[in-house]
This record gives sequence, C-alpha cells and structure tokens, in this order.
Amino acid sequence: MALNPFSSGTRLRDMIRAIRASKTAAEERAVVRRECAAIRTAISERGQEELRHRNMAKLMFIHMLGYPTHFGQMECLKLIAAAGYPEKRIGYLGLMLLLDERQEVLMLVTNSLKQDLNHSNPFIVGLALCALGNICSAEMARDLAPEVEKLLRSRDVNTKKKAALCSVRIVRKVPDLAENFMGLAASLLKEKHHGVLISAVQLCTELCKASKDALEYLRKNCIEGLVRILRDVSNSSYAPEYDVAGISDPFLHIRVLKLMRMLGQGDADCSEYMNDILAQVATKTESNKNAGNAILYECVETIMGIEATSGLRVLAINILGRFLSNRDNNIRYVALNILMRAITVDTQAVQRHRVTILECVKDADASIRKRALELVFLLVNDTNVKPLTKELVDYLDVADPDFKEDLTAKICSITEKFSQEKLWYLDQMLKVLSLAGNHVKDDVWHALIVVISNASELQGYAVRSLYTALQAYSEQGSLLRVAVWCIGEYGEMLVNNVGMLEAEPPITVTESDAVDAVELGFNRYSADVTTRSMCLVALLKLSSRFPSMSERIKQIVAQNKENMVLELQQRSIEFGSIIQRHQSIRSSLLERMPVLDEAAYLVKRASATQATIPAYKPASGVTPGDLKLPNGVAKPAAAPLVDLLDLSSDDAPVTSTSATTTPNDFLQDLLGIGGTNLSTAGVPSASTDILMDLLSIGPSPSQNGLLDLISPAQEQKPVSAVPQVVSLVPEPMDLLGSLSSSASSSGTKSSTVVPQAADLLDGLSASTSVSGLDDACPSITAFQSATLKIVFDLRKQLGKPQETTIHATFTNLTSTTYTDFIFQAAVPKFIQLRLDPASGNVVPASGKGSVTQGFNVTNSQHGQKPLAMRIRMSYKVNGEDRLEQGLVSNFPPGL
Amino acid sequence: MILQYHTSEIIIFTENFLDNLLRGLVIEYFSVVRPDAAHPANATPADQETQTRLIAIPSQLPSSNLTTSQPSSSSPSMIRFILLQNRQGKTRLAKYYVPLEDSEKHKVEYEVHRLVVNRDPKFTNFVEFRTHKVIYRRYAGLFFSICVDITDNELVYLECIHLFVEILDHFFSNVCELDLVFNFHKVYLILDEFILAGELQETSKKAIIERMGELEKLD
Repeated sequence: MALNPFSSGTRLRDMIRAIRASKTAAEERAVVRRECAAIRTAISERGQEELRHRNMAKLMFIHMLGYPTHFGQMECLKLIAAAGYPEKRIGYLGLMLLLDERQEVLMLVTNSLKQDLNHSNPFIVGLALCALGNICSAEMARDLAPEVEKLLRSRDVNTKKKAALCSVRIVRKVPDLAENFMGLAASLLKEKHHGVLISAVQLCTELCKASKDALEYLRKNCIEGLVRILRDVSNSSYAPEYDVAGISDPFLHIRVLKLMRMLGQGDADCSEYMNDILAQVATKTESNKNAGNAILYECVETIMGIEATSGLRVLAINILGRFLSNRDNNIRYVALNILMRAITVDTQAVQRHRVTILECVKDADASIRKRALELVFLLVNDTNVKPLTKELVDYLDVADPDFKEDLTAKICSITEKFSQEKLWYLDQMLKVLSLAGNHVKDDVWHALIVVISNASELQGYAVRSLYTALQAYSEQGSLLRVAVWCIGEYGEMLVNNVGMLEAEPPITVTESDAVDAVELGFNRYSADVTTRSMCLVALLKLSSRFPSMSERIKQIVAQNKENMVLELQQRSIEFGSIIQRHQSIRSSLLERMPVLDEAAYLVKRASATQATIPAYKPASGVTPGDLKLPNGVAKPAAAPLVDLLDLSSDDAPVTSTSATTTPNDFLQDLLGIGGTNLSTAGVPSASTDILMDLLSIGPSPSQNGLLDLISPAQEQKPVSAVPQVVSLVPEPMDLLGSLSSSASSSGTKSSTVVPQAADLLDGLSASTSVSGLDDACPSITAFQSATLKIVFDLRKQLGKPQETTIHATFTNLTSTTYTDFIFQAAVPKFIQLRLDPASGNVVPASGKGSVTQGFNVTNSQHGQKPLAMRIRMSYKVNGEDRLEQGLVSNFPPGL
Repeated sequence: MILQYHTSEIIIFTENFLDNLLRGLVIEYFSVVRPDAAHPANATPADQETQTRLIAIPSQLPSSNLTTSQPSSSSPSMIRFILLQNRQGKTRLAKYYVPLEDSEKHKVEYEVHRLVVNRDPKFTNFVEFRTHKVIYRRYAGLFFSICVDITDNELVYLECIHLFVEILDHFFSNVCELDLVFNFHKVYLILDEFILAGELQETSKKAIIERMGELEKLD
C-alpha cells in the first residue's frame, strides 16, 4: 500500500496541482518539461521499478494535456509484463491511451496479453480483455481469438460480458472469424445477467453484419430467445437496479430491437414471429420520458425495417405523429429523422403530417430546420406543390441568413421540378429572386432566362414584373441580372405594356426609366463583372430599341472606356463603336436573341450537375456550369458573343429558322457569314464588324469561347474559310488597336504562320496566302495569348494514317524570360498521346529563340473523329507562377 | 443566316480533374460530347460512361477518419469517441474507439467543443459532426459528448450519458470537475467498465459501483 501512487501526498497529485497552479502557458510548459525530464531519467535508470507506474500515470496526465509522450510507450509494455495488478492496471490504461492499433509496438504486447487472458486472477483477465477490445489490430485479433472464445465460456459474468464485446471487436477486424463465435453468442442469449445479455446481443448484431452464414444461423437459433428477452424485460416488475424513469433497462430493450431489425429484414417468417412483441412494446411503453421515447423510436425503426404487417406500420406512423407534436426538440428531431426513412415505406401516412413538418422548417433550432426541410422536399408532389411552395417562400422572408441558401436551393428545385404552368413558375422564381436573390445559384437563374425566352406570351409580363421587383429589391444580385437581361431583350414590351395579362396592373415606364434601371444596376457597388457585362449588353440593345436614348447610352457606355476591368473596357469600346459608327446595321445586330433551346439546356444542366458533384466548386474556365446555357449569359465573354451571333438571324431570315431548330450547325452559319459576305457586296462593313467583334471575344482572360466556337468548323468545312473571311476585312484599323492579339490568334489559327509573325497583318496576309494544306508538313498556331504562342508542325508517317507526329514550338511574346516552362496536354480517350522531353525549360524573352517539344498522337478513330487536345502551360516569370490553358481543335481535317 | 452560340463541343470535366489528369500526365481520357451527335440529348452510352468515370475520380474529400477501415461493407454502429470537456474547452476525458492521430484528436476535440458550447439549451442535444453525429449533454460546466453514426438512436445515447454521470456522481459522491481531474485514471476505469469496444457493457449502476469497489481493494 505504501507504493500506491495515487494515495494523497504522492507526487501525481503534486504534479497535477503544480500544473493547475501555473498562471501562464509558459509556466505550465516549464512544469511539464521538468516532469518529463524526470520521467525520462527514471526510465533510463534501472532499479526504480516501484516508481514506474506512478511515472506512467503522470505521463498519461501530461498526454491528456496534449504534450508528446512517445518515450513512455515502452514503459507501458514493461508495466503490463509486471506481475501485480496495480502495475498492470496502469500499464493497460497507458496502452489504451498512448497507443492505438496502428503502432508496431503493439505487436510486442501480444504475448503479454495472451498470458494475461489465461491468468488465474479474473481481474487481470478483465484488464486484458478490456485492452484487447479497445485497441486490438487485425493480426492480434487472429492470434488471440481462441483465448477470447474460451473466455466466453467462463463462469464469471464480468469475464463473459467483456469477452463478448471483445469478440465484437475481433469480428469487426476479421469478419472471417464470425463463424467461430456464432454458436457461443446464441447460447449467451440464454443468460439472465443483463450485462451479459446486452453484450451478447451486440455481438450477435455484429455477427449478422459480418457474415451471411451467421445471419442465417442466428435467424434460426436465436429469434425465440430474443423475443423472450424482450418480453421479460418489458413485462418485468420494478427492478431498481435497471430502472430508468420507470422503465426496466431501456438499453437492453433497444439493443434487442436493433438485432430484431437485422434478423427480420427481408425475412417474412422472422418478422411474423416478432409482430406480437413489437406491437406490445409499441403500445405499452410510456412515452413521457426520454427513455421510453428512445425505446419507441427504436421500435418504430424496427417496424419500418422488417416485413411488418400493415397494422403494425400504422401503429408506428402514429407514434411518429405523436413525436412530431412533442414539445421536446430532441423528440421532434428524431421523428423527422425517421419520417424521412419511412417515406419510402408509406408516403401517404407521412403526408398526413405535412403541416407539422412545415412548422418544423421554421424552428429556431438549425438541426431541426435542416431535417424538416429535407423532409418537405421529399414530400412535395404535383398536388401539394403550390401551398407548400407558398409556405416556404413566405418563410424565406424571415429566415435566418445562413439558412436562406439551403432553403432557396430547395424552393428552386421544387418549383422547377413540379411547375405545371409557366406563369406560376415565373411568379415563384420572381419572389425567390426578390427575397433571396443573392443566394440563388447560377444555374437556377439561367434556367429562368431559358424559360422566359421560350414563353413568348409571358415575356412582357416577365419584364414588367422584374422591373417592378428591381425597384424594390435592387440589392439582390441574380434578380438584377435576370431583370437586366430581360430589359435588354424585351425593353419595348416594358415601355409599351405589350402582352398584358388579365390580372396585371398596368405600369408606366418611360424609355429613360428603363435605361435608368440598367444604369443603376451597372453602378451598384456590389455588381460583379458578369452583372456589369450584362448591363452593358442590355444598354447596347436598348440603344437600338429606343433610338431616342441612343445618345445617352453612348455616354454611359463611353464612361467605361477606361475601366480597370479589361473585359468591361473592351466591351465599352466595341459597343461604343457599334452605336456610333455602324447605325446602318445596328438594329439588325441587336435584334432579340433567338429562342433558347430548352431541352438542350436541361440536358446540359443535368449532365453538368452530375459532373460537378465531385468537383466541389465549379471553376470558372471550362466548367459545365458555364457551358450549359446556350444563350451564353453564363459567362461574361460569351454574352456579347451570343448577341453578336444572333444578329445574323435577321440578315437572312430563311436560314434563321433552320438554324434555331438545329442548333448544332451554327458553324455553317458562322461560315455562312463569309459566304453571304462575298455575295452581298452591299453590306461588307456589317460582316466586318461582326467578325471583328466575334474575334475580339476569343481570348478574353482564361476563356476560349471563340476557339470552342470555331473549332467545329474545321470538321465540316474547308479550313481556309475562316482566314478567307478575315482577309475580306477592308478597314478594321479602328478596332485593331484593341483587338490585335485576338484577331491574330483566331485569324491565323488555321493557317501556316511563321512562328515569329507576331504582327497581325502579317498573320493575315500569311493566312490568305495559304490556299490549301500541305500534307507533308502543315503547321498550325495551336495557341496564342498576349504572352505566349505555340505552333504545331504536323507530320504524317507513310502508311500510318492514324499517327501524327507533332513538333511544338513555344515562343515567348513578352520581354521577360520564362523559366520552369512545362507543357502538358490531355486528349480524348480515343486518342493516345506520347510526349517526348522538351528541348529546355527556359523560354527566352521577346521571341529570341524558342523551346521545342515533340510528341506523337495516335487517333484510334481516324477518319471518324478529329483530333482535339487540351493543353496547359505552366511557367515562372520572375519566380512567379503562371498558368495558361487552351483547347486545340484547329487541327487540319483528316488527322 | 444565323449564328447560334452552341456548345456542341464541350469538354465535360472540371479543372480539378484536369489538374489530376495533367499532373500525372495521364493522357488517357477526357470526355468530349461529340458535335456529330445530332442533339446533345443523344449522348452515347460511351459518353455517359466517361462521365461516371469522371465522377469516380477521387477528389479531395474531407477526411472522415472516424470511420474505421472496415473489411466489411456496412459501417459498424458503434461509439466513435467519448469526450468530457469543460466550458473552456479543456478536455477532462477523451476515449477514442477508432484510431486517430494525436493531431487529429486535438482537432476533433476543438471542433466538438466549438459545436456544443454555444448552442441554446433549448435546442436539440444532437449536432452533426463531419459524417457523424455528436450527442451531447451539459452538466454544470461540463459537456459530455458521444460521437456515433448518423443513423444511430440518439435518445439512447442521451440516456447513456446520464447513466454515466450518475455513476460518477455516486462513485465520487457528489462529483465535481476537480474529482475528475485528480482521479482521471479512475474515471477511465469506470468508463472501461461501462463501455467496451464502443459498445455498452453494463447497464446497471449498482453493478458498476460494486465492481469499482472490488477493483479499488486491489490497488
């Protein structure tokens, strides 16, 4: 007793006191450091065995405070190997605290454990079982399973229950061992002692999970035992030892019910056998205390899980109804939780509690709200969608800001999924945008625009309501975007009250009001580049809708000629020149967009959401999120593109109809511009501008809109078509200033260009000079930005049509040398690619020399699919990392 | 003539994926929705297959180390850890039934404390924690937290906490935080008699107190 390290006055207590007395963290660290040093010395010096377990106890305390204590691990093992119970006790405790199953040191303890499991002292056996149950590894489980099996037959209840739980761990680690334990586990269910029973039940549950054979065996052998246990425990008279709030051993109740669920699942006979006792538990259990509710909860779960009779199911759903109206938040929470699972079993029954569930959405507790919202979402169907949505939208107004996002997402997906009439959908979306426009995801408002574009009879109503809403809720980002888009497209409907609906109040909006609204939107401090770009496009469109406003719009647009954001600056210059210099074509240029293809959008969106799931957050560059909107409002660069593209529809109404129906062949249309251009000499300037504007969009930062756009051209039409068009440009000088790089990249992309030719006009002339492709060695400019240019020299090998050897030349267009230059490429899976090492990783400045790299591509679908390649260049400028990416799809046909 | 912006040639992948793809120079696949498919709706089965594959590319998921690497398919419904913390976040007892690195344990303790400490007492005693659920209960200045599976019976763990507290209270006769600090090893001993391998071992307060009495005599 004198050696007891824990009696008062010994040093563990002193150490804890000293640590607690420390006033600062530094002081505490000093105490700990001193203690650790002392313990280390004690460990290294022999002959202090009697202090060992005291030191170990101290070390555990230090460990709990978060200090490293690895040096004590071996001491644990020594203590476990000691003879006495006190040493072993501290040793095993240290083992469980300081070590876990992943440490190799643990293997050293296997032998000691084995000896202790066979020890004559049941307390020591208990210690060993406890340690094994808490930290054993798979290897130890295999080694020591026979010992544990033997202990399951022990006569001591403490040993038996510990051995049973130890087996749980063993079976978890090594499921193959399940068969060894199933007989013993079933026989343990005949015991009387609750500790043994509950351990045995848990072991059986684990066995069912681990092995099908064990599940079958237990179905046959222990279902009667379980029913008997449950009956005994629920019918037993007051037993003070196990009583919790008037219920005898709720823990055992619950474990048995859980095991019954495992056994009854998918087995009608077993389920049949349990029906009576489940009904009894469900009806007789008191539900005014937590313990009783816990049993009812488990009971309901079991009834839902097994092949229960319909009467029993009704009973279960009714219990849930009671739970839902309970005052206690905990109970309501679990009720929502199970209802969610019950909905697959019995939707009608759950529907009955709709009102209550809806109330829970408005609860103050976030845990409850979250569950309830998910449940409501599952409950919505065609008949109840309107009242439910109304409730949710009404609540949106007062909801917590951090809950709004979830709520908005759910409302949007409900309205989209179940909207039967467009007007209703429009109204709901309008409310959502007004109340929580800043929480609306991009694809939601994209979809709204697609719908508006398709509903010609509602466009007037939409633009007017959006305008009205914008006056009241101008701070909502996506409301602003949609409104601005609609005002741009349908501005005249706003002003003239075109297409009034019956119940719609007329509003008076002047042309100047409409422009005001867009201008305000543009100048909002919270507006981002996308919104501002959309505003600019809308203004441009309005300049043609309202000729009287044209001068004012010009001024607004002109204000941004020096905008810091390149995108806006560029637009502003381009749009300014459209308004000012090209009035003849302006109206046709700024016609309304063609109707967006709804079906195509939905498909895109579906695949996009699928693909973005693992991506966590859609990135801006090439994500599907940006691609799914055919109308192009998705990304800033694309918006003007579309507008410029749709201008063509009025040039030739005949083709426009065919083009809208088959969106895929816009390419021909693109090329068609060139064609008509040639024939209709009357409006050469029109196509010039079109083309230039088109081209200008290409290389906007990080985007490849144009490349994407033009790329299919190469598959269907002679490559020379594009440069041909470019060569027709008579006087593009005014635009060239801002556009030179873009024009050159797209203009020359399908032509052979000398790598050094950075000058635009050189590029153009070069391109025009190319009439056909040299089969032996054509070159393409695979990529060009303001900083970097890549030229591919292509070579075919005789007799191997699939294979192409590419020689890439990288040229630095800036005045700073690039270091650590790495070129990477990815190709579709029908293409194989082999990269050779590059000639160097330093690209000298200003095009004075270049780096080359060869690679080989094999197109396994030669003749059917063209080559395509995505490339990425990473390099350092003055030690700063840079990254550029691009899509190469301008390979000559036939590769 | 009409030009319509149409994304017929779209590479369906995310930048993340591209990174993965490029990093290893795995030049094998990305999916291209072919323009020759007359309509995007006509995505070929091959395209869909590629898409599913893309999804299967492991992205950086939040670590869910709380799930043990189980050979069996179903995750065990066991207690993952038990924490006893005071209001300041000092851990008075921490018992893990799944292996975690020390640094990870500290993170877990910190996060759980932050989750539970500011909750309104009227709120539920359950909070979702990573992929699991923490059932907690406050007794004076001490928070008892049990981390279990998301589908487990929350109410019964609430009872567990209460039973454990009753046992402590009985054993230390009117337990207070200081008892637990100075006798931490005994608290562990009691816990080991109450819960083993993440499962309940004994449900009788009397049995555990008696057992503790026997063990005390051996020391």
